[in-house]
Amino acid sequence: MKFKQLSLFLENQPAHLKQPCTILADAGINIRTLSLADADQFGILRLIVADWERAKRVLEEAGCAVRVDDVVGLEVPDERGGMAQVLSVLERGGHNVLYTYAFTFGTEGRAVLFMRFDDPDAAIDTLQDGGITVLDPAQWLSASG
Amino acid sequence: MPDPAAPSAQPFNPASAPDYLPRPQLQALQLERLQATVARAYERVPLFRERCEQRGITPAAIQGLEDIQRLPFTVKDDLRDTYPFGLFASPREEIVRLHASSGTTGKPIVVAYTHDDLAVWSEVVSRTLSACGVHPGDMVQNAFGYGLFTGGLGAHYGAERLGATVVPISGGNTERQMMVMRDFGVTTLCSTPSYFLHLLERAHAAGIDWPNLPLRVGVFGAEPWTEAMRQRIEQESGIRAYDIYGLSEIIGPGVGSECCAQEGLHIFEDHFYPEIIDPATGEPLPDGEEGELVLTTLSKQAMPMLRYRTRDITAIIPEPCACGRTVRRIQRIGRRSDDMFIIRGINVFPAQVETALLEVEGTLPHYQITLSRQGSLDQMEVAVEVTEAVLSDTVGGMEALRKRLSDALEHVVGVRVGVRLAEPRSLPRSEGKAKRVIDNRGEGA
Repeated sequence: MKFKQLSLFLENQPAHLKQPCTILADAGINIRTLSLADADQFGILRLIVADWERAKRVLEEAGCAVRVDDVVGLEVPDERGGMAQVLSVLERGGHNVLYTYAFTFGTEGRAVLFMRFDDPDAAIDTLQDGGITVLDPAQWLSASG
Repeated sequence: MPDPAAPSAQPFNPASAPDYLPRPQLQALQLERLQATVARAYERVPLFRERCEQRGITPAAIQGLEDIQRLPFTVKDDLRDTYPFGLFASPREEIVRLHASSGTTGKPIVVAYTHDDLAVWSEVVSRTLSACGVHPGDMVQNAFGYGLFTGGLGAHYGAERLGATVVPISGGNTERQMMVMRDFGVTTLCSTPSYFLHLLERAHAAGIDWPNLPLRVGVFGAEPWTEAMRQRIEQESGIRAYDIYGLSEIIGPGVGSECCAQEGLHIFEDHFYPEIIDPATGEPLPDGEEGELVLTTLSKQAMPMLRYRTRDITAIIPEPCACGRTVRRIQRIGRRSDDMFIIRGINVFPAQVETALLEVEGTLPHYQITLSRQGSLDQMEVAVEVTEAVLSDTVGGMEALRKRLSDALEHVVGVRVGVRLAEPRSLPRSEGKAKRVIDNRGEGA
C-alpha cells in the first residue's frame, strides 16, 4: 500500500528544475504529482510517477542522484475538516508526519495527500483503523494514467 | 581461446632482477653510476659545472654515496631558465625523443632521451608493471595521454617491453574507453585515479556489469590520491589499485611503484637515487623522517639530473618490504610542497580536504576548492557533489549533511570552510589531472 517517491537534489539555479522533468517527458513518463522543498542554495524535488523504476533508471543515466522512499497516499473528502480529521487519527496513533503534500485537481471532490512517516506500515494501519482511505499504488497509478 | 584474465605461465619479469639485489651490491652499483653521471654532467652541462666550481668541487669529490650531499640542487626553474635544450648532456643528434610539460605558469620544460635512455625507461616501467602484478600476455588499456606528456608513451613502451598487449587509447573519449574495456577483455588499466573514478561512474550509469569484466589491475599515477580513495576504488570496482610514481624531469613514469604489499612505493634505486631533505633548509633528513624528496638519476645520458628537488613530500621507509624487494620504499605522496595554499595564514593541502570529506560517511571525493576574498579576508569554499548515498529527501537532512562536512573540514583545516552542495557530475572533471583548487584571490594577494 506504499508509493515509491523519488527524490532528486537540485541546485537552486535557473532551468535546474526543468532538466529532470524534460528527461522524464522524453522517456514518456508522466509525473503524477510532485513537491519541491527549497532551501537557500538547493532544492529537493519529490516525484510520484507510475513507473518509478524506469524513471529512476533514466534519471540516473542522465546523471541525477535519485533517492527512493516509501510514502503513504490517502484520500479525504475535499471539504472543511478533511485534513484535520486525518491528522487527529495520526495523532492518536502517535505518528509524526515528516512532510506532506496534497492536491485536489481531477480527484472529483476528494483531496489526495501524500505523507512521509518514519514507520509507514504502522501509519497505514492507524489510518485504516481510523476510517481513512489509503490509496493502493497499483490501482491508483494505473487508474489515473 | 585462452582466458585473457589468467596470469601468464612466466610471471617473473627478468628486468625486475635489480629490485632484489643485495644492498651492498646495489650500493656499489649506485656509486659507480653516480660517479659516471657527475663526471658526464660536469663535462657537458655548463650550469652544473658552474655550480660545482662555485662550491670548489670536481667529480673527484664523489668518493662515496654520502658525498652526494656535497652536490648542488637542481630545481624546476633551472629547466625553465635553460629552455629549451640548455641542460642536455648529449649532442642533439644522439637525442631520439623529446617530451615537454605544459607547465601551468610560464615556459614549458623540455626533457630528452637517447636510445639508451629509452631502453632504461622501458625497463623501469616494465618493472613498475610487474610490481603491480601485470604479466606478459595481459591486456593493457593505456589511458594516459599520448604526446608531449611522458605518461602515455612511457607506459606504452614499458608495457610492450614486459610483453603485454597494449591498447594505446590515450586519454578521453569515455564511451570508447568503456567499449574497449569490455570488448577487448582488458585486464589492466593505466590512468589517473580521478579518471578511473569518472569511468567507473559512467560505466555504472551505462549499466556495465563490472564484476564480470576481466579488469584486475589499475595502475594509477600522475596525481596525488589518498588511501581512502584507493579503498573506495577497490571496493566499488573489485580491482587492485596501485600507486605509481614518476616525473618528467627524472624520466617520466617508472621512478617508483607500489608492489603487492601496497605499503609504500619502491624506488628503482639502481637508476634513481632518493634523498629526503628539509624543504626549508635543504639539510638531509634521516630515513623515516618526512621531508621533500630529492632524486638523482644514475644512468641517464641525455639529461642527467643531479639532486632534483621534486617538491613532493614523503619519507623513505628503510625497513625491508614483505614482497622481498631490496630497493627502498617511499611513503605514498599525499601532498606536494607547491600544491599547498595558504588561507588566513594557515597552510592547507588538498589532501587534507579530501581526508575530511571522506570521513563523513558516503561522501565522494569529487570536490573543488575555491578561494576568494571578501574585503580583506580570505574565504574558502568547498563544492561537494551529492551522491545517492548521502541524498536525503528533506531539506533538514541535506543541511545536516552540509554541516557535518563543514565541521569535518574546519576540524582538519583550522578555519571555517563554506560548503556548497553540488549536483552530481556538475563539477568540472578533467580527463587528465583533476583540478582541485581555483584561486580567485588575484595576484599579489
